[in-house]
Amino acid sequence: MSKQVITTTVNGDSVDFVCDPRESLLDVLRDRLGLTGSKEGCGTGDCGACSIMLDGRLVCSCLVLGVEAEGKTIETIEGVATGTQLHVLQDKIIEHAGLQCGICTPGIIVAAKALLEKNPDPTETELRYWLAGNLCRCTGYDKIIRAVMDAAAELRKVA
Amino acid sequence: MNYLKPDTFDEAIALAQKAKGTLRFLAGGTDVLVQLRSDLVTPDTLIDLKGIAGVKDITRTSEGWDIGIAVSGAEITEHEELMQDWPGVVEAMDLIGSTQVQGRATLVGNLCNGSPAADSVPAMMAAGASAMTLGPNGTRELMVTDIPTGPGQTCLQPGEIITSIHIPAQKANSGDAYERFIPRTEMDIAVVGCGINLTVDGDTITGAKVAIGAVAPTIQLVPDAADALIGSSLDEQALAGLADAVRAACNPIDDKRGTIEFRIDVAGVLARRVAQTAYARARKAK
Repeated sequence: MSKQVITTTVNGDSVDFVCDPRESLLDVLRDRLGLTGSKEGCGTGDCGACSIMLDGRLVCSCLVLGVEAEGKTIETIEGVATGTQLHVLQDKIIEHAGLQCGICTPGIIVAAKALLEKNPDPTETELRYWLAGNLCRCTGYDKIIRAVMDAAAELRKVA
Repeated sequence: MNYLKPDTFDEAIALAQKAKGTLRFLAGGTDVLVQLRSDLVTPDTLIDLKGIAGVKDITRTSEGWDIGIAVSGAEITEHEELMQDWPGVVEAMDLIGSTQVQGRATLVGNLCNGSPAADSVPAMMAAGASAMTLGPNGTRELMVTDIPTGPGQTCLQPGEIITSIHIPAQKANSGDAYERFIPRTEMDIAVVGCGINLTVDGDTITGAKVAIGAVAPTIQLVPDAADALIGSSLDEQALAGLADAVRAACNPIDDKRGTIEFRIDVAGVLARRVAQTAYARARKAK
């Protein structure tokens, strides 16, 4: 089948792209739209490195087809910072050294942001369960958890 | 691959009848797209059902609940009224995969994928859930109990699709529960799963359904296990009878997640535990 023209909103901007029906939304974001922040770890929905928000739901973009995004609102890691001003979560991940290789980090930040928007004051257990689908092979998770809990506390102070 | 997004179920069936080669229907995609990306199944035609009106709705009727085929696990978990009526079904669905998978995965997908270890299916069977279907020969209502026929297989005919899941209204003085055993705390596939729905009159169990998963080629109800509970007040004798009946119904495989002996033993332990949760819920219910 020929390629299809898809109209979406990505990080607040109206974006059209052309893609093959077999292409994942992750491949579209990376290869067609140049948004390479979302990473491919496993490509089968196990690792969470490609996490994005699709109409306000946290999903793995490797398990969404590009053609399924027609009319949808997409938020990626590229939309988390405001210009050069990092999001509190990004600052805290750096401060707590919550990353080494960095492949999982965009997915972790997108997923953690989704949790804090739903529940600004999660317990550590709630956070660990929420992030269970974001695999990290470097940090051992503790630094990530501390960074997100610290960011949550910081965001509650601001609110 | 031909990607089609019909507006109605009738149109979907007509498209399916015309399709040549490998056909797949798409809702949440957490199995279909994994198979596509792993080169296990590359459909020639992929029919996306999410454009059909009502597929994202959870509707309460006088008879119970109609759950649309594209309702995600996250949407089910967030539905407080459904959670009050059927906490076991909701918890079972919520156990599947990660937060990200919950954003897309559906009850119907879990059922149609045909895994003997599907978490939501024992809970649906214990709840007496049914599926409305549409195919070339018209509509059918099938009990969820009758749908799985083997690993990866269902009784659905080629070109027949489930159009909604119906869960009856929970009876008075009743409660359901589902638990699974996995060697980790999250993100794993059931080694044993058990769903139980109980109705009580005071302390006495007057109705029971017990379903077990991951311990046989198909998920199944165990009538002998239910009989062991009915008439009892969940005393030690009833629990022992439940565990024996469940273990007798097991016919599991040996694999990296658990040996045959282990699965059979754990099935009895888990059934006792789930029965206690369902019993406590039934006694608290109005």
